[in-house]
Amino acid sequence: MPKLTIDGIEVEVAPGTSVLQACEQLGIEVPRFCYHERLSVPANCRMCLVEVERSPKPVASCAMPAGEGMVVKTNTDTVHKARKGVMEFLLINHPLDCPICDQGGECDLQDQAVSYGYDRGRYEENKRAVKDKYMGPLIRTYMTRCIQCTRCIRFVDEIAGVPALGGLARGEHLEITPALEAGVNSEMSGNLVDVCPVGALTSKPYAYNARPWELRKTESIDVMDAVGSNIRVDARGGEVLRVLPRLHEDVNEEWISDKTRYAIDGLKRQRLDRPYVRGADGKLKPATWAEAFAAIKARVAPLPGNKVAGIAGDLVDVESVVALKDLLTKLGSANMDCRQDGALFDASNRAGYIFNTGIAGIENADVVLLIGTNPRWEAPLVNARIRKTYLTGKLKKVAVVGQNFDLTYPTEFLGNSGSVLSALADGSHPFVETLKAAMNPLIILGAGALRRGDGLAVQAAARAIAENVGAVREGWNGFNVLHLAAGRVGALDAGFLPGTGGRDLAGILAGAQSGEIEAVYLLGADEIDGAKLGKAFVIYQGHHGDRGAHRADVILPGAAYTEKNATYVNTEGRVQHARFATFPLGEAREDWKILRALSTELGRPLPYDTLAQLRQRLVQVNPVFGSLDRLVPAVWAPFGQAGVIADAHFASPIENFYMTDPISRASQTMAQCTEAFLKPALPAAAAE
Amino acid sequence: MALLDRTARGLFLVELVKGMALTFSYMFRPRATINYPYERGPTSPRFRGEHALRRYPNGEERCIACKLCEAICPALAITIEAEPREDGSRRTTRYDIDMTKCIYCGLCQEACPVDAIVEGPNLEFATETREELFYNKEKLLANGDRWEALIAANLAADAPYR
Repeated sequence: MPKLTIDGIEVEVAPGTSVLQACEQLGIEVPRFCYHERLSVPANCRMCLVEVERSPKPVASCAMPAGEGMVVKTNTDTVHKARKGVMEFLLINHPLDCPICDQGGECDLQDQAVSYGYDRGRYEENKRAVKDKYMGPLIRTYMTRCIQCTRCIRFVDEIAGVPALGGLARGEHLEITPALEAGVNSEMSGNLVDVCPVGALTSKPYAYNARPWELRKTESIDVMDAVGSNIRVDARGGEVLRVLPRLHEDVNEEWISDKTRYAIDGLKRQRLDRPYVRGADGKLKPATWAEAFAAIKARVAPLPGNKVAGIAGDLVDVESVVALKDLLTKLGSANMDCRQDGALFDASNRAGYIFNTGIAGIENADVVLLIGTNPRWEAPLVNARIRKTYLTGKLKKVAVVGQNFDLTYPTEFLGNSGSVLSALADGSHPFVETLKAAMNPLIILGAGALRRGDGLAVQAAARAIAENVGAVREGWNGFNVLHLAAGRVGALDAGFLPGTGGRDLAGILAGAQSGEIEAVYLLGADEIDGAKLGKAFVIYQGHHGDRGAHRADVILPGAAYTEKNATYVNTEGRVQHARFATFPLGEAREDWKILRALSTELGRPLPYDTLAQLRQRLVQVNPVFGSLDRLVPAVWAPFGQAGVIADAHFASPIENFYMTDPISRASQTMAQCTEAFLKPALPAAAAE
Repeated sequence: MALLDRTARGLFLVELVKGMALTFSYMFRPRATINYPYERGPTSPRFRGEHALRRYPNGEERCIACKLCEAICPALAITIEAEPREDGSRRTTRYDIDMTKCIYCGLCQEACPVDAIVEGPNLEFATETREELFYNKEKLLANGDRWEALIAANLAADAPYR
């Protein structure tokens, strides 16, 4: 533990800490451009110069390890002069076009030039100009502004794992260049915009839209995947203009996926802004809330409970799920299911359906087994965490059962069929030995693997592997299910599952076909084939005119995730609150309020009138909802059902990373990404 | 004696004559009033009157939608929306000034990095309805076109002191 003195304050730091980090521990600000906590240290911007006693020259503090007895000064004339000099050199080739630059107002160079630079320039020669590069539909480049910190190159190399950027030429002539001008084909490329300290890389969809000081910032939770990334929603007026990541070390660190960041323009298109009722001519007509409720009452109130069913979708919040469950229970129905993708798995035990290790827990794993999952598309941040662990050298091996994708780190492909999983479960597969030898084996079971008819057996097999190889023990639970939908774990925790004698999804659909189910309540359920709902009376409550709304007889417009105070549970089982950023569109209302109002109309009022009362009810339903942002370890108990695993292949549940839910399907930006990044890879037939 | 003096002054209306003398003396001095709509007093080059959005000599509008005027406006009178124009340059799609909110402090023209928004020499823009005082971009650019010669002369006159 080296002990050093910084500005007269003695501090003891961990070995390997750099002088800059030691300064940060003391709260002393050292300006920097190229240094980034999560990237490697190139020390090429020279902005972090400090004075070290007995050193002839100022020292780049980001690359200088703290040494025993070092005496560092960050506030001397030499340091100030050095910083001013570096800043002057950086500004030689920087265009100073802040008024037209989107980074203006939140620019590191701007801030630091004010704090540490000279107040005037002396440079009068011609400035360098660099040709702009094409980096895909998400990132706008203005390479003349580049100060060559190389953070972007290091980000794509290290975090994203897609070596798509490089530097050409040297010194002043260094240019950041994408390989083949083909764009940065990564699910995390949007983070380049945050990483860039100047305005060289900016967000294309947000170009020239707003200034940071005009935006209303709301700290919220993302719902585009089941990771539950912490985000900041920036809105102006009634419009969400951008989404930025918020730091949460245990979930998303400081990154978010492109879908999280850029699908928000989908919030403005295809929205349901008023209730609709299907008229006698079979066409949906705009209606008032009273008319919509009356239409529902006329059809649903006379029905016996067992003829009514409810299905919850992917983006639903826990509040509305609980409200719908209570309403259906009051109507006497036990027909409800939140697994709208038709996944079959045993949800009786919480440990059987959550990501028990936790996303941060991946960093302790040394062998990972992926079953029927493509984390790169299903949860880019989980994949980034696996890659991070791989880069530290701790993670020795990643094996894949299922489709063999490029996951940005080397994997061992064990096979794609159910028989491989059976062999792993009964211990006859050689890879079991590797798992057994591992200190902290980690098994990630993809939601796609559970979608097959033998989901219960697949789940049981994964459990058997986990138990056989010692992945479940005191202090370590290596059994994980990686969900796709933000609302799934919350709905499972709320118990939105068939009650005693109730029908599950297949049962509801079969019942709807045969006429035994006469009314189906789709709560944001869009992944269901409308034809399978037969002649049932369909009520769709949601925010987008997507598949569910097309089949609906009555549409009740709800609020999207940026428009309500809602609880979401991510795949780890972490309960988080999304917050209201803008008002719901038009006549739309918060989802639980719609259900509350409808319950009165149906003569079975729900016993809560405020969000606070509803949240108390949530805690009653499942105490888990009371512990915010904490991982509650689930008790390990048998789950799943041993059975025959079909030999069929594990198919990936996601065909297009950029379009997985009603919001991203409505987004133009996501459509452009599909066009730019996925079309070239798709077979010709699919592209048509 | 004092009585006599006072009586004499009263009889000869001395106070009145003095007063009238002062009054009539103004007939021979230069006039201070002007015949306003036909004559006007001098205005400073720094006069802060009606707003205008200027153009470059080639006709290109100067405003680049940096929104600094919107940010600095203490009366929140300016509203700007922007997006990339077809040629990719940064331009406003909306530039509104609510002249009923404006306090004519001149901070917008101080903040403008390209001398686009200026307060021109015009002070005669009273309107019959309130709505006419909600200026949009079209109106402001038209103002700029109309007053450009004077505005440019004023800016040039004031330049040495900046």
